[in-house]
This record gives sequence, structure tokens and C-alpha cells, in this order.
Amino acid sequence: MIEGILIGLSTALSLTNILMVMVGCFAGTIIGMLPGLGPMTAIALMIPITYGFDPSTGLILMAGVYYGAVFGGSTSSILLNAPGIPGTVATAFDGYPMAQQGKAGKALAIAAYSSFAGGTISAIFLLVAAPSLSKVSLAFRSPDYFALMILGLTAISAFSSKGQFLKAMMMVVLGLMLATVGQDSLSDITRFTFNNMNLTDGISFVLIVMATFAMSEALTIIFRGKDPNRAAKQISLTELGSIKVNKEETIKMAKTIPRSSILGFLIGVLPGAGATIASFLAYGMERNYVNEEEKQKFGKGSVHGLSAPETANNAACSGSFVPLLTLGIPGSGTTAVMLGALLGFGIQPGPRLYQTNPEIFWSVIMSMYIGMVVLLILNLPLIPYIARILAVPRNYLIPLILFFSVTGIYLMSFNNFDIFLMIGIAVVATFLRLYDFPMPPLILAFVLGGLMEETLRRSLLISDGSPNFLWDRPITLIILLITITIVCWQIFSTFRKKS
Amino acid sequence: MRISPTKFISLLFFVLSVFYLYTAYNIQVFAFDENAPFNARTFPIYLGWAGIILSSLKIILPEKVTTEVNHKHLDYKSIIYLIVISLIYAAVILKIGYFISTSLFLFASYYFLGERRWGLMFILSFPFVAAFMYLLHGLLNIYLRDPFLKYIGVMG
Repeated sequence: MIEGILIGLSTALSLTNILMVMVGCFAGTIIGMLPGLGPMTAIALMIPITYGFDPSTGLILMAGVYYGAVFGGSTSSILLNAPGIPGTVATAFDGYPMAQQGKAGKALAIAAYSSFAGGTISAIFLLVAAPSLSKVSLAFRSPDYFALMILGLTAISAFSSKGQFLKAMMMVVLGLMLATVGQDSLSDITRFTFNNMNLTDGISFVLIVMATFAMSEALTIIFRGKDPNRAAKQISLTELGSIKVNKEETIKMAKTIPRSSILGFLIGVLPGAGATIASFLAYGMERNYVNEEEKQKFGKGSVHGLSAPETANNAACSGSFVPLLTLGIPGSGTTAVMLGALLGFGIQPGPRLYQTNPEIFWSVIMSMYIGMVVLLILNLPLIPYIARILAVPRNYLIPLILFFSVTGIYLMSFNNFDIFLMIGIAVVATFLRLYDFPMPPLILAFVLGGLMEETLRRSLLISDGSPNFLWDRPITLIILLITITIVCWQIFSTFRKKS
Repeated sequence: MRISPTKFISLLFFVLSVFYLYTAYNIQVFAFDENAPFNARTFPIYLGWAGIILSSLKIILPEKVTTEVNHKHLDYKSIIYLIVISLIYAAVILKIGYFISTSLFLFASYYFLGERRWGLMFILSFPFVAAFMYLLHGLLNIYLRDPFLKYIGVMG
């Protein structure tokens, strides 16, 4: 293995490849910040460019783009409450309030440090345990995935409900209902389209997230007539962009990062919506770990609340390479595009890649780590400038948020039906937010809806329609028991408050 | 009897769930799939029932934590303006193209939100959109349909 690591390191550290990582990180950050363009699009855009390169260089460029785009997505989440990809939705929960308090630079720096630390720990895991972890990836079956998704949805409802669990659960059901619009994945039967061709492909994630987060946030700001960034505007630009993290905050991050990294990496290894579930579960787990005083800060700019999803998100990104490189199974849309690129280079990922092309296997792993180092070095000096977005007056910032939201949708479909739909959903979401109906459960449910139906279908078909699949396997049973505990705890705490 | 806004929203959600469930039961499935343990209507049916149960609980159970919103302090005028501008923008984007519609949308939004610095409003609309389009179309090679720019020969 040491030999492999050295081969990978020598390949990744060549001048051309370092240059490629830098270009990739920079381009990825810019593309990731643009609405509707996530890591998947960023990598897809790079594929034609990489055809002239040798496979290692091409993959190194793509690894840089990948991490850059994830960081870019976090930036728009923190500054504008406009997460472009599902994995950065949880980052906005505490990152956006922190930025509104005039700590935009600090929030971005915490996100960058946490991503880096999460990436570092997971890269070590990847180096040490990639081949053996592929077994974990295969051990998870449909019932376990279904139970894991139920757990994810229950956990997010519990921590984002602010004591109103039923409201959060209603939002989960609404999110799942929206996810069922369009063609059924197996039979191709159209559902809930009401003969409208524009709904046949379903509603896109970007549309839902832009409507419920970015656009509805902009409408809420106007509705309430208050500038939420007032605190950010009252301080100097230097202070706003300051990336200094004090000792207390560093200690908080140091406690959060290891546990979120492990959780993120392990969930990332499982094929499916890895980074999304990882970031939400890490946020929920962190909230349970901290003391009562810290718990109250969640959703209001908590360091733990920002660091946990960012760490887990990046750790899951590395974890998602395990099934890709060792089994040839892409665990997410982004790794599916990477698989396409690998096949384009004539490389077949799978158990034999480790033996047949060790330089590629190891150079991808090493370049991912180098990509993270470069990302940190490149982006830290830029943070003070990026943070200044919040100093833009409300009269300009709101139309620009609307512009980015609409452009994100228009770029995806080139029709105006989606824009009308987005405006409609945004108006409904604005009223729901006004009465404390939380949006994060709706988003997570929408993201997981398709996968949840698929795993439920498989589980029910295997068990011939019997619900036995819920307790047949120990993993499923344990996950379900955790879910039941969360629900019971919510009911108990509601009654305790009332009494 | 006064119904709280939260309970009213829950009531609307109940109606939506009933409608969703009715539509779910009417999803046409293949004849051979009709009695399968899982078909295209199974998951939506579960969701419909879940929606009905949750919203019923919210309506029935007493509400201890109430969310009060003072409607007098809400700026309905600006929000209606902005939504109307957005709807007009969505209606014309395909006809007059991305560049003109987006620039006009931005300019009008700045105006209705109370901005009057005409120079800055212009720079942050027309040249800003042009630069953004160049980034997407010129540098990233992402196609943006624009009949107007095509007509005047700026875009191919």
C-alpha cells in the first residue's frame, strides 16, 4: 500500500497535475456558486476538456472541480441562503444566521476549515480502508436504506421543528408528495401531472430549493420590511470578512469534526444520497451531543451547527469514491458522471482497478487530498471579498437573489412553466414560513422521495408484500428502533412542556 | 369560533391530502400490476393517508404554542409588486429572450423596492446581465436561448 501511495503522490505532485488541481478548484468554486450548477454539472463541463489529457491528469482536474464546486455551493448557502445542491442545505441552517450577524467571513472560514478537516480524515480512511469498506457498501440492502431514510426524515423533523413536531412531519409528507409528481421510475406511468407535459419529468430539486429557500427568503425579507443583514451592514467590511476563529470556536470545531467525519464517511460509502443524508444526520447528531445552552443556539448561528454538516458533507464526498473505485458502482449523480469520465478514458473501475491501474487508483485518492489543500489555500484569502456580498443594499440584493433563482431554473429547462411553478411554490412557502412550518424537512423529503419509494418497492416485492422486512434484518431493526425512540422522545418532551 | 392560522393551514393540508389520496387511487396501473405487492399507486396512497392522519392530529390536538403574525406590519404592497413583475418576467422570457427580459426585470425590481440611483440601477441590470451571459455562454459554453440577440447577430 505504501508503494501505491508513493506512486499516487509522485503522479499527483507533478507540476502539470498541481496546476490542474488549482485550475479545477478555482473553476469549481465559481461554477458551484452559480445557481443550479452543482458539482455534477461542473464535472460534466470538464469532461470534454479532459479528453486531451492522460487519465490521471484528467481525473485530478475533475477531483479539484468536485471539491471546488462543493465549497462554492456552501458559499451561496451561507451568504444567500440559496443552496445549489442538496448536500449544502444543512449548511444554511446555521451558516446563514451567522452571516446575518455580521460574521460572514468567519462562517465561510469555519465551513472551509471543517470541509478541509472532514476531507483529511476521510482521505485517511479512504487510503487505509477503501478495499475493505466496499464490503460495508454491499452489506446494506433495500430495507436498511428505507429504514435509514425514515430515520433521516424523523431526525430532521425533530431538530428543525422547534417543539412543533407535527408541523415538521406534515412538511415531510408534503415533500414526499411533491417527489411523486411525474413518471414512476419503474412502470413509467405518469402520476399527478394532470395531463401537463411539463410535469412528466417531475419537479426539479433546484426548483424546489430555490423556491423554498432563496426566493421565499427574499420574499419574507420584503414582507417583514426588515433587513436581516442589518447587523452585517453596521460593521466594517474588514470585520465582516474577517476569517479569524477564536479559541473557543476552535475547541467547538475540534469536538465536532471527528464524529461528523466518521459519520459522514460511513454514510458516504453507502450508495445513494450520501452527502445529503450525511450532512442532515451529522447536524441532528451534533445537536444531541452538545449541552442545553449550545442546543439553544442551533439555527441561530451555532459553530457546532455549521461545522457538523460541512465536515460530514465533505467526508461523504470522499466516502462516495469507495464504491466507485472498488466496485464500479457510482453512489451519487456526481460519481456517476465520474464513472462516465473513467470509462471514456478506457478505465473500468472495480475490484481489479487496484491491481491493473494502481497509479490511477492512488493518484485519484492523493489528488483528492491535494485538491482540498489547494482549495483551502486558494479560498481563504478570497473569503473577505466574497463575504462583502452581504454589504450589498437590500434593494439590490433581493432582485439579484430572485435573478439567480430564476436563472438557475431557466438554465435547467428553458421553459417558463418552471418559473411560474417556482413563483407559486415560493409564495406558498413564504406563508408557511411565516407560521413556523419548517422548510428543511420538506427539502430532505423531496430529495429522498424517489429513492425511498424505490427501496420500499424492492423491500415489499422481496417480502411478498409483508411488512416483515422492517424487522427481519438486525440493521433495519436497530435503525427503526432509533427512529421510534426519536418519535417517542418528541411526544414525551411535548407533553412535558405542556404539563 | 375563531380558527388559528396554523389550524387553518392544517385544514388546507387535510383537503390537499384527501385530493391527493383520491388522485392516487385513480392512478392507472397496468392490468398485470393491479394486484402486485407494490405498484405505481402504493406509495402515493401511503402518503395520502399519512397526510390525512398528521393534519387531523394537528387540527384536533390543542395548540399550546401559537404563532402570532401581525399582518399590519407586513409589506403586502411591495411583495405584490415583486410577484407581479416576476410573473410578467416568466411570461415574456421566451418571447423577447433572456437578456432583455432579465435586464428589465432587474431594473423594475430595483425601482419598485425604492431605488432611484438610475446609473447604478442601469449598470446592475443591462451590463450585469450581459457579463453574466458572457460567463455562461462565452466561457462555460452553456447555451442560453435568446431570440433577440440571435436576431441582431450577437449570438449564433
